[in-house]
Amino acid sequence: MNVTATGILAQSLEIALALAAAPLLLGWVDQWRARLQNRSAPPLTQPYRVLRKLFHKESVVADSASALFRLTPYVMFGCMTLACAIVPTISTDLPLATAADAIALVGLFALARTFIALAAMDIGTAFGTMGARREMLIGFLAEPALLMALFSTSLITHSTSLANMVDTLSHRATVLEPSLAFAGVAFTIVSLAENARVPVDNPATHLELTMIHEALVLEYSGRHLAMMEWAASLKLFAYSCIGLAMFFPWGIAEVDSPLAMLFAVPALVFKLAIGGVLLALIETASAKMRIFRVPEFLATAFLLAVIGLLVHQLLEA
Amino acid sequence: MIHIDWILVIVAAWLVLGIWALFALHRTKFVARRLFPLGGLLGLALAGVALDALFSTAEVAQLLIGLPGLPMHLRLDALSAFFLVVIGAGVFGTSLFSAGYFRAGEGTAPGLLCLEYHVFLAAMAMVVLADDAYAFMVMWETMALSSFFLVTANHRVASVRQAAYLYLLLAHIGAVAILLCFGVMQANTGDYTFANLRAQQLSPMWLSIAFGFAVFGFGAKAGLVPVHVWLPEAHPAAPSPVSALLSAVMLKTAIYGLLRITFDLLHGGLWWWGAVLLALGLISALMGVVFSTVQTEMKRLLAYSSIENIGLIVAGLGLALIFRSYGMANLAALALTAAMVHVLAHAFFKSLLFLGTGAVLHATGERNLGKLGGLIRSMPWVAWLVFIGVLAGAGLPPLAGFVSEWLLLQSFLFTTALPNSFLDMLIPLVAAAVALCVALAGYAMVKFFGVIFLGQPREEKLLRAHDANVWQRLGLAWFAAGCLAMGLFPVPLIDAIDRVTNRLLGAGLAQAVHANGWVLLAPIGLERASYGPVVFLGGVGAGITLGLLIARRLYRGTLRRGEPWACGYAGGTARMQDTAEGFGQPIRQIFEPFFRITRDLPSPFDVRPHYRVLTQDRLWHGVYMPIARLVDWLARGVSWLQQGRISIYLMYSFLTLLIMLMLVRL
Repeated sequence: MNVTATGILAQSLEIALALAAAPLLLGWVDQWRARLQNRSAPPLTQPYRVLRKLFHKESVVADSASALFRLTPYVMFGCMTLACAIVPTISTDLPLATAADAIALVGLFALARTFIALAAMDIGTAFGTMGARREMLIGFLAEPALLMALFSTSLITHSTSLANMVDTLSHRATVLEPSLAFAGVAFTIVSLAENARVPVDNPATHLELTMIHEALVLEYSGRHLAMMEWAASLKLFAYSCIGLAMFFPWGIAEVDSPLAMLFAVPALVFKLAIGGVLLALIETASAKMRIFRVPEFLATAFLLAVIGLLVHQLLEA
Repeated sequence: MIHIDWILVIVAAWLVLGIWALFALHRTKFVARRLFPLGGLLGLALAGVALDALFSTAEVAQLLIGLPGLPMHLRLDALSAFFLVVIGAGVFGTSLFSAGYFRAGEGTAPGLLCLEYHVFLAAMAMVVLADDAYAFMVMWETMALSSFFLVTANHRVASVRQAAYLYLLLAHIGAVAILLCFGVMQANTGDYTFANLRAQQLSPMWLSIAFGFAVFGFGAKAGLVPVHVWLPEAHPAAPSPVSALLSAVMLKTAIYGLLRITFDLLHGGLWWWGAVLLALGLISALMGVVFSTVQTEMKRLLAYSSIENIGLIVAGLGLALIFRSYGMANLAALALTAAMVHVLAHAFFKSLLFLGTGAVLHATGERNLGKLGGLIRSMPWVAWLVFIGVLAGAGLPPLAGFVSEWLLLQSFLFTTALPNSFLDMLIPLVAAAVALCVALAGYAMVKFFGVIFLGQPREEKLLRAHDANVWQRLGLAWFAAGCLAMGLFPVPLIDAIDRVTNRLLGAGLAQAVHANGWVLLAPIGLERASYGPVVFLGGVGAGITLGLLIARRLYRGTLRRGEPWACGYAGGTARMQDTAEGFGQPIRQIFEPFFRITRDLPSPFDVRPHYRVLTQDRLWHGVYMPIARLVDWLARGVSWLQQGRISIYLMYSFLTLLIMLMLVRL
């Protein structure tokens, strides 16, 4: 682990960028979704306004809530911040990246999921436990699929460290490996499920029968809800950046070229902008699934990722 | 010779404690508060001595107990020392907890229980030390019998007796298989010392037969599918400290036996042995975890989770065997290290969870998940300590369970160069199965913690539940600290395990790991993969602090306590929370073919409707019941011979005599 001054700079820049830009990405996706659905779009800064509003509201905590309930929003925020710090977004020279490779990153998301599910069970309302159950259902299906999708990349790059994966992928001779295509589709499905996007969950409703993420945060208000919302936008940001790093790793600065960071930021913004539009497109084009269909949807992702691994073993190894 | 002598002294001291307890048969307070903590301290001493022995050379000794001319050979090498550390560490916490657990008037007298307990401990330690088949089998049987009596502590309950009987039955069938395994290995030399067994050159067929017996025998003890059925019955039946010892320590002696025989005495053997272990391990892991998510009784849930963890350990052993048979010692060392880390991690977090259920059981008298809930408010000590165990059990970073999971997945990932292309294809699928098991374990753990400790109390009396006493807290805290320490500092742990892998495989991870200091765990190379738990925890901690600072800086509102929101519905009661059945329902639906589900649905006209779902193991009805019926049928056939009339018995004697005479004449 060589900690250099540029490394620390890149690391701080990444964290600051993630914290500042994550709500913006959410606003961008919401705006495009509205446009595609022929609604008048909210301003790009809407998520910031929501955060500001929540930071000015009273926080009501249920009488029976334990310390776990009050701690969880900060744990979520902490986990997602660390996730954004590990994923190479503008540089691969990240001191924190050695602390957690792809497997540990999946573990980090699982840690956050466990906390949010437990916090939802803490109050003991019907909605909370229902949300927790559904979140864990999606989690146990999505987690192996995500791992398998990441493994396809690590088999190609012979590394599970995200920074090394990006370094190798952006320098390889072959442009498209078939196994990566499978992994990409699997990863997209998992990202939709994990970020509570449309075919699996609808972030815009509070309909009892369908909500998952909203059921988990139902009891939160004020600053706790603000942290939860911020953490959710950080999660979307982290997932988008993992996808970009694995499948479109161009433009990310490397150890020996700190100046490339100057170009990395616009490249990232450009890629995220396109990714956001695509996400809005997927969400508009698909209908929300019944909860019983979600396991099949995620099992498809799991199988696709495993097929990706097998394709790698058969054709590319 | 110093270590092994000290260990024998400790074992003898345990026996003395046990006999002492016989003189204080009903003095619960003396037995619990004096003898159990003493036994625990001896356990700690054992762990310390064994840890020191791990880094020294092997030692041998002879005990002149037993048949004339047949002394017990003992040997303390790295493998034994590692498992002695597991035993000692597990015993220390469990004995401390027991000091606050056992009460008068519950089943077996406390003094007797104390004797059984310490005989059990001594037998486990001696199993690991044994260096000949005779000593091994005697100690193995002592362990089985003493644990049988511990399981039947509440012998007035019929279901406890049934469970214990099933345990005894399978333990003995397993023991017979182990005996046969030794019989095959000695190859007609008549010398049962391990040194001789190691020296034999058997043909591959006999080697494989010996391996088959060993897998069956030790599998029955470890709880591998399909010989796992005793485990979910016996663990809930036993008192909680005993369940903790059974699950955390005794199952590991079976892993020890499997390691000793396959890796040491049989020298690794053929590649398909590894494939067999891998398959058995994964099937057990998947079955175990799927069943654990649908359980409605807290200790059964944990018992099934033990099957899962043993399955993962055995899968690691299988992978190590495969690599070893292809001469890839470094990868074998990686897989074996993963399995060994999991042995220790599981010992700690499963003890913690089982002891936690013990505290809950004492405070509430309930073991049914459907009648618990909300205990984090009345039992904060137990809840928060168990929470650490839950996170470790779910395989989450930065705790102990994640280290082994991480190492295991790493060893699956970097296996692209196996000479067998069929295996090469299979390995990614296996990695997928491991990932699925670990994710499901998270589901089971959330269910366990959420239903017991979170939410609203489902019964009135839970509000009056008392927290654990000091002894219990000490025991729980020991295991929680272990889960944290192992998770945060895996490098020293791997140093210790390196001795074991060097002994068995001639390769280890210590050097590769040391190249990057103690902060980062990078078993293959820093560019391949690295994991730094301390930095990880620091990162999450810094993130949490940042969040708190931001909230403090930006927040303009106030905090108020109030009614839960629940979408504005005010009439919510504790009964509206998910029950344990409800929480397991998605799994029941997805994995339906795994279960034998009998549903009892009320008709619409029922005035007092009852809804009942019974989820059972298919193997029980598919394999065990037919065998039981067959035995029954045979027994009836035999009973036909016993007509109960003296003339018929005389006729049998006469016929026998006749046949004998004819045989003699021939």
